[in-house]
Amino acid sequence: MADTTETPGFAVETSMASDLPERFRRSAEFVVIPLLALIVSGILFSVFLALLGKSPVGFFALVWKGGFGTSFSWQNTLVRAAPLVFTALCVAIPARLGLVIIGGEGALVLGGFAAAAIAIPMIDWAPTFLLLGVMAIAGMLAGGIWIGCVGALRHYRGVNETIASLLMFYIAVSILNFFVEGALRDPSDPNKPSTRPIGSDNMIGVIPGTDVHWGLLVGVLLCGLLYLLMNRTTFGFAAQVAGGNLRAAQSQGLPVGKLMVVSCAIAGACAGLAGFFEVAAIHGKANASLVAGYGFTGILVSFLARHNPLVIIPVAIFLGGIAASGGLVQRRMDLPDATVLVLQGLLFVVILVSETFYGRLSIFQSKGEA
Amino acid sequence: MSVAQVLETEKRAIGVETIGMTKIFGNLKALDDVSIRVKPGTFHALLGENGAGKSTLVKCMMGFYQPTRGEMLVNDRAGSVPNPRAAHALGIGMVYQHFTLVPSLTAAENLVIARADTPTVIDWGKERKALKAFLETTPFKVPLDVPVSGLSAGEKQKLEILKQLYLDQRFLILDEPTSVLTPDEADEVLGLLRAMTEAGELTILMITHKFREVTAYADDVTVLRRGRVVGAGRVQDLSVADMSRMMIGETEIRESATRVEQPLKKLKLELAGLFADDDEELPAIEAISLKIHSGEILGIAGVSGNGQSELIEVLSGQRLLKHGRIFIDKQPYEPQRDQMDRFKVFGFSEEPLRNVAVPRMSVAENMAFRTFDKAPISPFRGWLSPMPMRRRAKELITAYRVKTPSTEEPIENLSGGNVQRAILARELSGDVDVLIVANPCFGLDFASVAEIRAQIMEQRNKGAAILLVSEDLDEILELADKVAVMSEGRISYQSAMAETDRATIGHAMAGHH
Repeated sequence: MADTTETPGFAVETSMASDLPERFRRSAEFVVIPLLALIVSGILFSVFLALLGKSPVGFFALVWKGGFGTSFSWQNTLVRAAPLVFTALCVAIPARLGLVIIGGEGALVLGGFAAAAIAIPMIDWAPTFLLLGVMAIAGMLAGGIWIGCVGALRHYRGVNETIASLLMFYIAVSILNFFVEGALRDPSDPNKPSTRPIGSDNMIGVIPGTDVHWGLLVGVLLCGLLYLLMNRTTFGFAAQVAGGNLRAAQSQGLPVGKLMVVSCAIAGACAGLAGFFEVAAIHGKANASLVAGYGFTGILVSFLARHNPLVIIPVAIFLGGIAASGGLVQRRMDLPDATVLVLQGLLFVVILVSETFYGRLSIFQSKGEA
Repeated sequence: MSVAQVLETEKRAIGVETIGMTKIFGNLKALDDVSIRVKPGTFHALLGENGAGKSTLVKCMMGFYQPTRGEMLVNDRAGSVPNPRAAHALGIGMVYQHFTLVPSLTAAENLVIARADTPTVIDWGKERKALKAFLETTPFKVPLDVPVSGLSAGEKQKLEILKQLYLDQRFLILDEPTSVLTPDEADEVLGLLRAMTEAGELTILMITHKFREVTAYADDVTVLRRGRVVGAGRVQDLSVADMSRMMIGETEIRESATRVEQPLKKLKLELAGLFADDDEELPAIEAISLKIHSGEILGIAGVSGNGQSELIEVLSGQRLLKHGRIFIDKQPYEPQRDQMDRFKVFGFSEEPLRNVAVPRMSVAENMAFRTFDKAPISPFRGWLSPMPMRRRAKELITAYRVKTPSTEEPIENLSGGNVQRAILARELSGDVDVLIVANPCFGLDFASVAEIRAQIMEQRNKGAAILLVSEDLDEILELADKVAVMSEGRISYQSAMAETDRATIGHAMAGHH
């Protein structure tokens, strides 16, 4: 196309030619690459199983059955998806600013602990709604401050947020253990060191007709809200500018530090809320069971969803299903529980590798644009 | 290649010819049947605007691209260059616009590691002796044992050329080699190269857009426009007007805006003793004090890397101000959003995709950076409404003639001139009191350059106080009312434009004043 522009530039003229199929081809990249990554990791995992002498087909059939096959497995899946939604948000929101936060697990643990701890003096007198309300706020505050600190460290002292958030996870677990095995240990429970249970009357109930607690619904709503925040508000716009090009954000006088700290605090609050729901809907108390790896699986969810809050929901359910099938796989195939972790790990590595292919595969580009 | 071979340098220049070279990218013919003949031992200039196909042509010659059609002759024999290594083997080397040396290594180390046959264990005593012998054969003098980071731009450029000679490349492609040099350094380097071509030791193909360099140093010239050869010949047979007409073609170039005399000059922007560090926390600018009045353009000249970019970064909030203060209308100013709005401070710079735009965001979004948090895009606090953003972008795209397929196109897909026009639209469409501009025309085509310079002049005539940092001395000579020269982080020279001239400024740039 001999376009008669007065400023001949390659890019403009090729994009001028872009019609609908061209646009479709470009956006197809964002669907095809993650799907390919899923398939490749499935193949790699099949090789792993074959080496163990197990049938890959049998495995995937069991995953399907244990995760999505029956209404019971669906509910099991959804219960596991709920915390993943929150912890994935903990990765996705800072990712808009170009921050890679991998310590959501720490915020979850501390959020759950703070919720359980603040409940202790209130259990005897507070009405349920007040108790749960205070617990939720405590959980969010704890998580928010925790990851907010990571953002502040990054902005004001230049500390790498990825490493800082990971190391702070270990501190969070130590804080939990310190109190649960010490000052806040419930003496009436001789077995596992835990905080005092909030009591079954105070627990968050399930969505009627299911075994799934309300946390999932809250998570879905939160995804919607945060999607709006990141895409329909000046805050989200400013965050996108800062994440896309820090220098441009600075030259526009945008408060980059504030954006970083606030985004991290929001992220931490999401993970803290996951901890709150684990305590208030599942365990009824805080103990070492809070460290269940949801925070780390959330990283995988967010990356698979390309940090889009709306896509996080289906991806969380997908990975929740894989986790839910772990027990069935263990029983039927005589494989250790950690097998599904191997699958998750493989998925994550392949997803990270697949990130490098965006914009490089020629089928998604205008022809010959090398 | 051995050093012994390097030593026999007589009449070793190579001639290169392309025949019907065509390169097609998707729907774009970047090169269309380009045949050029660079005779051995000549200095050949390749002229053309940005996007005319100069880089595509030399990349095909260097083996970075494979031409769709056409072939290349080296010393009249067909030579195929499937990759850059093959080009090197044929003796074709390239010096890039930006330095490719390792800053922490010395010149000697840079030269030795550049060789393809560097041994695993390097005998430095032997290498150094060989290097000294090699240097004897060239007119370029560079200190061998100082880390490259300590060399001046001129020395680095000489070292880049030396590296190619050391690798025994006898056909050198230079991509705008003087853009980082002072006028004196440029003359020295080109003069030496010219002498080597006259001695038959070297053939030069130089990409440039400076007519002065073409007329002073080149034997032959080829002009490209939109991928075609539109003119070629001996430089002595062509006038600058001929060459410039070939380059631009029929495109209308905007007349430069006339300078309107400003009756009342009020002090607008004052920089009082600014200090800042560079990324290595070493002093980058020291005691910068300048005064700019309304309706006045202060041009800051200087060789790249003397603190200009740090100064711009301080003024636009990208770098911490260590000491000193900025005043606008005698009030203290900090580059924060509310103050930028209150004092109507705007700015733009070279490489907008790196400095002031977000490449992945759309044209509409990039155009809204100044306005996204104000009505109508933000009808109430915190909310963002995409419809008015798109509407506003459409108006600006029309008013500033930005060529883009739609408002939603990622801005990185636009050509350089159009990106800069989009940024101009964003920064200049409102009332401007203070304008901070850095190398606004860097890498742009004539039409865009004329347009942008006219816009800057227009803002001046409307009463804006303008700080213009430029590495292009001609730009400053054309636009500025007053000129200051930056050298090693300080203002080394200041004068009203009427009371100085090119040579004086050029000497000040080199640190002589």
